[in-house]
Amino acid sequence: MNRAAAFAAALLLGGCATQTRLYSWGSYEELIYSAYSNPGNMPAERQVETLEQDFQRARAANQRLPPGWHAHLGFLYYELGKQDQARQELQTEKAEFPESTVFVDRLLANLAKS
Amino acid sequence: MSRSGWRVLLPLALLCVLGGCVTLPPYDFSNYREHPPRSILVLPPLNESTAVEGTYSYLSTVTEPLAELGYYVYPVAVIDQYLKANGMPTAGEMHQIPLAKVAEIIGADAVLYLDLKQYGSKFQLVSSNAIVTVTAKLVDTRSATLLWEGSATAQNNSNSNNQGGFLGQLLAAAIAQAIGSKLDVSHGVCRLANAQLFDPERRGLPYGPYHPKHVAP
Repeated sequence: MNRAAAFAAALLLGGCATQTRLYSWGSYEELIYSAYSNPGNMPAERQVETLEQDFQRARAANQRLPPGWHAHLGFLYYELGKQDQARQELQTEKAEFPESTVFVDRLLANLAKS
Repeated sequence: MSRSGWRVLLPLALLCVLGGCVTLPPYDFSNYREHPPRSILVLPPLNESTAVEGTYSYLSTVTEPLAELGYYVYPVAVIDQYLKANGMPTAGEMHQIPLAKVAEIIGADAVLYLDLKQYGSKFQLVSSNAIVTVTAKLVDTRSATLLWEGSATAQNNSNSNNQGGFLGQLLAAAIAQAIGSKLDVSHGVCRLANAQLFDPERRGLPYGPYHPKHVAP
């Protein structure tokens, strides 16, 4: 009986109504907004910190990160001079979204030159 | 007709005209179906408003709706900085890049050209309005054909309530304006505009390849 009630509750809460989203957005877009509107308040280090937290959250919830997300993080690592992490994030972008290949390869080539 | 009859019919007729009895014909997606895009490059919008901050405020709200429709969206900030580093400091210059170059350098199937017609708050005596108007064109990078175009206007009307008389209302509106500009209400209104602009059920974009409702053309 208890089990049945729990099941019914789960059904109700679990979202007859929720339209499932494709990605876990975290603060990706709001970070971009802050970085442009108030750059002093949102240096690359702070963006990286926030995005890494979002990454943990998305992984815990078993959700995908949005298109462009890994490339954005990789670019921030590049700005901070962390070449290895930059390369790793750019490779992840390419692996998850092959549409990014041409652009990401260009960024990787720049990275190799620097 | 009696006067009372007009009293009923006139507002009804007005409602009809304002509320849109005229239904728009469905959008012609034949170009889109010939060149269905997987990936979209979103460039910073041209900005015809008086608010310079509108450009990046708007740009930072476009990825989510497009990606959730099922398209690959290039990282908007990275693209912006990449193009700036390569000698294109403004949105106007970015919009001039030949499509063949976009395909070659970025690899995008389509470019979304946005034009911000209005952005910002208008202080009106007893209320403060944040309004955003945008037009959009999605163009195929290989054939240069127009795949889709749309426009939207959204606003957030922070009307003060009717307490406190005229002066009270004026003060409340001024406060709402001050708070509003701090939190940048207009930025939130961009999201309202996007919800209209891209809505696949209302002349927006069809679902892209990553969406379960995507229909292969």
